[in-house]
Amino acid sequence: MKRVYVNEDVCLGCHLCEYECAFSTVKDRDDTGKINNMFKAFNRDVSPKSKIRIEELNGDNPEEKINFAVSCRHCETPYCVMGCITGALSQGEDGVIRINHDKCIGCRTCIVMCPYGCLVINNDKTMLKCELCTEHNETPACVKACPNRAIVYEERE
Amino acid sequence: MGKHTKYLIIGNSAAGIGAVEGIRIADPLGQILVISDEDYHTYSRPLISYWLEGKVADENIYYRDPDYYSSQDVQVKLGDKVLELNPSDKSVTLDTGEEIRFDKCLLATGSHPFVPPIKGKDTAKNATTFTKMEDALKADEIIKECELEGRKPKVIILGAGLIGLKACEAIYDQADEITILDLADRVMPSVFNKNASEVMEEFIKSKGINLLLQTSIDEILDKQVRLTNGETLDYDLLFLAVGTRPAVELAEGAGIETDRGIVVDPYQQTSEANIYAAGDCTLSFDISSQSVKNIAILPNAYIQGKYAGLNMAGQDVQTEELFPLNSMGFLGLHLITAGCYDGESIIVDDDGVYKEFFVKDNKLIGYIIIGTCERSGIYTHLIRKQTDLSEVDFDSLILEPTLSSFGKQDRFNKLSRPH
Ligand SMILES: Cc1cc2nc3c(=O)[nH]c(=O)nc-3n(C[C@H](O)[C@H](O)[C@H](O)COP(=O)(O)OP(=O)(O)OC[C@H]3O[C@@H](n4cnc5c(N)ncnc54)[C@H](O)[C@@H]3O)c2cc1C
Repeated sequence: MKRVYVNEDVCLGCHLCEYECAFSTVKDRDDTGKINNMFKAFNRDVSPKSKIRIEELNGDNPEEKINFAVSCRHCETPYCVMGCITGALSQGEDGVIRINHDKCIGCRTCIVMCPYGCLVINNDKTMLKCELCTEHNETPACVKACPNRAIVYEERE
Repeated sequence: MGKHTKYLIIGNSAAGIGAVEGIRIADPLGQILVISDEDYHTYSRPLISYWLEGKVADENIYYRDPDYYSSQDVQVKLGDKVLELNPSDKSVTLDTGEEIRFDKCLLATGSHPFVPPIKGKDTAKNATTFTKMEDALKADEIIKECELEGRKPKVIILGAGLIGLKACEAIYDQADEITILDLADRVMPSVFNKNASEVMEEFIKSKGINLLLQTSIDEILDKQVRLTNGETLDYDLLFLAVGTRPAVELAEGAGIETDRGIVVDPYQQTSEANIYAAGDCTLSFDISSQSVKNIAILPNAYIQGKYAGLNMAGQDVQTEELFPLNSMGFLGLHLITAGCYDGESIIVDDDGVYKEFFVKDNKLIGYIIIGTCERSGIYTHLIRKQTDLSEVDFDSLILEPTLSSFGKQDRFNKLSRPH
């Protein structure tokens, strides 16, 4: 399956992927994919959360500074799904791991199970995760936003 | 001649469903029959407390979608109990008298609530264990009866383990007064170490709940209990939540090897060929303590079930690494535990989050976190993979779980390769 893969050597740490990810589930958009009403999409009190996270590693000198983006790996052995106590997490036949927010009770067992730290606690205390947001786009919003191909969406062996 | 099925699964909960999903990966067509004495579509056992609390709607208690059995092409018999397993002729006998033959059978029978031999327990009014949907329904009915009388129930919970505390959380807003009793000298002794127990005890008391440790019930009277300290307490609702015991009676009756849990090999096979076991009814090898034990948690049940299913369907795969882990919310306090608590203890108390790590032979073998820690699975994976800590920057990891504390090649494997 196609997944999001990371090239940390070219990541600028600009956080654009996080920004786009936070708004990736907004459905009210024009033909070019631009959000129609940003006032409606953005709520200052409960700002939407990103499912992708930029990590920063500061070395002793500036050249050693490393950034990279982490989001769900959609693992073949999905520890989060196997551990989910409610059945809210599931893996589709397409390999994508999705969450049913009506069923999630925020017990955080998936957080304890995930080897990469890819789940995010949403404002309502249920879990958020990358679902590749490909229903509306061919490419996940984070990858589309990356100016330097530090994350790519492709098939790898 | 009775009925025949290729795969027979006894138990319709996490381990049984894991097995269905394991079998279907390897054998999309083979006939599967699931039998359970609980007459419900597969539901999430831990959710009974959330349901009783009113936080989970009736339709969301189910572990899988309503059309699950048909979509997986699984036959079910719900409400029937298996009374006997006969390995020699590969058959079972049900309480209806029906006999069913199988090629491969999985024991996913879970656990039974354990009630100590307290005088009066069999005739006790308004008392229930707390492991099944029926129990939650019964408790709900008692609460509603009190409501009709215009008052909130007085509640006594015998057992300060996970199940007792979950019952407590469920009725916290619906009860007038709650008393938790336990014979042990601290709460959740099988899950927490002393430090974590103390934090939980303080928290329980701060919520106005009465906690009486080293105290149990001598006798249950008419909606009243006499305690081991001689005092008597009235109640409207009594939870008997002392603990659970692996359901091994079918296996024992069949001459399968058990030892306070069904003994299985790394492929989930029992001492009998063609008979497998998974979940709360089994013993597993705990890689964190390097010992064989009963690890009665849902992730373990599902994982064992899935691998049992794969092997029943002819694959030859060992089960994932297993060890205890728990993520528990209690009235807003979050506690995470994983592995075992031997070895050197390293405490990081920072920003309202308490973390304790346990290191042995330069490997992480356990941890406890009280408070919110979003990426703690990174720690869990160190236990799971028994990673040598010289390969990571452990000093920075214990402050914050990040992938930047791993080497570049390790990161490449994690983030730039399929797995
Ligand atoms: C209140 C509560 C809260 C919990 N919270 C958590 C939690 O937060 N995290 C966690 O990891 N775990 C939790 N657990 C534990 C978790 O529910 C179990 O580990 C899990 O359900 C085990 O699954 P299982 O399939 O092995 O067995 P079970 O869920 O016990 O299912 C076994 C089934 O088999 C049936 N059965 C048994 N014998 C027969 C027979 N002879 N014939 C027919 N049917 C039979 C039983 O009736 C039952 O339906 C909790 C448990 C309880 C009770």
